Amino acid sequence: MSRFYRRKLINFVAFLITGICALFTVGILFFILGYIAYHGASSINLNFFTQLPKPVGETGGGMGNAIVGTLKLLFLASVVGVPVGFLGGVYLSEYGANKFGFLIRYATDVLNGVPSIVVGVFAYTVIVLPMKHFSAIAGGFALGVMMIPIAVRSTEEFLKVIPQSVREAGLALGLPRWKVILFIVIPTAFRGLLTGILLDLSRVAGETAPLLFTAFSNRYWAKGWLEPIASLPVMIFTYAISPYEDWHKQAWAAALVLMMLVLFTGLFARILLHKNQEVVL
Amino acid sequence: MALTNVANAPTPVIRRLKFVESVGDLVFKWSTIFFASLIILAAVWIGWELLINSSLSLKKFGLNFLWRQVWDPVMEDFGALPFIYGTLVSSTIALLFAVPLGLGVAVFLYELAPPKIADAIGFLTELLAAIPSVVYGLIGVFVIVPWVRCSLEPFLSKYLGFIPLFKGAPYGVGMLTAGLILAIMILPFIATISREIFKTVPQSLKESAMALGATRWEVLRIVTIPFSKSGILGSIFLALGRALGETMAVTMVIGNRPEIKLSLFEPGYTMAAVIANEFTEATSSLYLSTLVEVGLVLFGITILVNGIARMMIYRSHRSAGLGARA
Repeated sequence: MSRFYRRKLINFVAFLITGICALFTVGILFFILGYIAYHGASSINLNFFTQLPKPVGETGGGMGNAIVGTLKLLFLASVVGVPVGFLGGVYLSEYGANKFGFLIRYATDVLNGVPSIVVGVFAYTVIVLPMKHFSAIAGGFALGVMMIPIAVRSTEEFLKVIPQSVREAGLALGLPRWKVILFIVIPTAFRGLLTGILLDLSRVAGETAPLLFTAFSNRYWAKGWLEPIASLPVMIFTYAISPYEDWHKQAWAAALVLMMLVLFTGLFARILLHKNQEVVL
Repeated sequence: MALTNVANAPTPVIRRLKFVESVGDLVFKWSTIFFASLIILAAVWIGWELLINSSLSLKKFGLNFLWRQVWDPVMEDFGALPFIYGTLVSSTIALLFAVPLGLGVAVFLYELAPPKIADAIGFLTELLAAIPSVVYGLIGVFVIVPWVRCSLEPFLSKYLGFIPLFKGAPYGVGMLTAGLILAIMILPFIATISREIFKTVPQSLKESAMALGATRWEVLRIVTIPFSKSGILGSIFLALGRALGETMAVTMVIGNRPEIKLSLFEPGYTMAAVIANEFTEATSSLYLSTLVEVGLVLFGITILVNGIARMMIYRSHRSAGLGARA
């Protein structure tokens, strides 16, 4: 009988420990979010969104240029990453059951595993070196390359969920295959596709490493796309490792804004997805 | 999963339609092929650019680069060993913490928590992966570094100081801190993927163990874990791949000193961090080319680690498929 109780006890203790693991993990998350919210909220104000960074020694100022810069970089990233990722995903889902499809899936995996800093070096060698200066385009290109693998994967997954019978129904009506894909399959999966792209964007929005020596940074408003451009993640990095108290406060405010951008994009994407209950990414 | 595969297998009708492709079909198909090939191009291109742009340093240092300890930008004498060492050590520390914790979370979510709570906690765990690396760095600099300096390291050196790993002055910044932050960052990968792997264990196997009188913990130990071993290892390797390439958070807390020290309290340096810190300062072309070569080494290692991870997860899925049919 004692052996029986010992086994019960081991069972109980083991699962208690797993429960503590889960509690601890969730605790870390809430601690991080709470800490950023607390420190960010106490240093944020309207100027933060509208003004330029002040030089060292002067307090106040904001990161208006970095917020706009991040949005501009995300736009450029979508221009590079979405067409390749989306059409690549369409290929995999609709035509990809062959050796070439396998090769593309493999390349997607490789691309997904490339460290972000290496993508930065790549963008530096192909865009910054020939142009001889840092530019928004180089940063956008680096982020775009980072977007590709997830865009491919999510597009393929969401298109595959559309039943084969839907495609056959279109074909039976005499539609050519490209019309079936473009006007029946893709619109049906539209919500999921959008979710995938939004989650992808929210992931690259916080990337810093690929921007350090591509988009670099800029203490003024960047004119056009060929100048170095400021972005929230790079600003957080430079301000956090600086020795100035006031810059640290600005870094917390920037972290709060960046987290809100990332979380709200992600949350919005999930709400979109929740309305068509068929797949969970 | 098996069901969707059956429903979506290309039917004979569609296969025959290949022969009646119209112009529109050809244009559409080939434009998707074009964009899909760009993915392969990108993967190959990255490797190619790294190789070409590091040729200067490859020629000068050869393979010795990998195990030389000097890092002297003034004399232009470079070796990558301190960075390789730092990357491996910080990632190992991260795995030591993240593997038990992540598996604990996965087991709790899979075996114990009611579905709704499991989904909520699963979502929160994934949220941990959505926090940008630089924000982890920020938390690291202002919360974890002071804590490690004032509490953890004095505590460790007091009670475990006889082990050389825990000797030395408490700096706060260093290998240990970097490892701790990395652990939090890779935990979601292990937890989420292992949970998915657990779900592929056939219910019938678990039920037979239960019918023999095993407790839930024993079922986990003798059925679930052995069955999903390969997949769990895969998730660990995937997390390792993330840890090796992680840049910002590590750069901000590891101390950035290219030396190999036994003590975990000492500052170190990683491959990703040295690129991030010194790339814009590299004045000579040899210096720059050396940093690109560090990137090349990092690229090679992550491809290897991710390849192993994919293979293991794939193998686990295949054995799950066979098990379900048997």
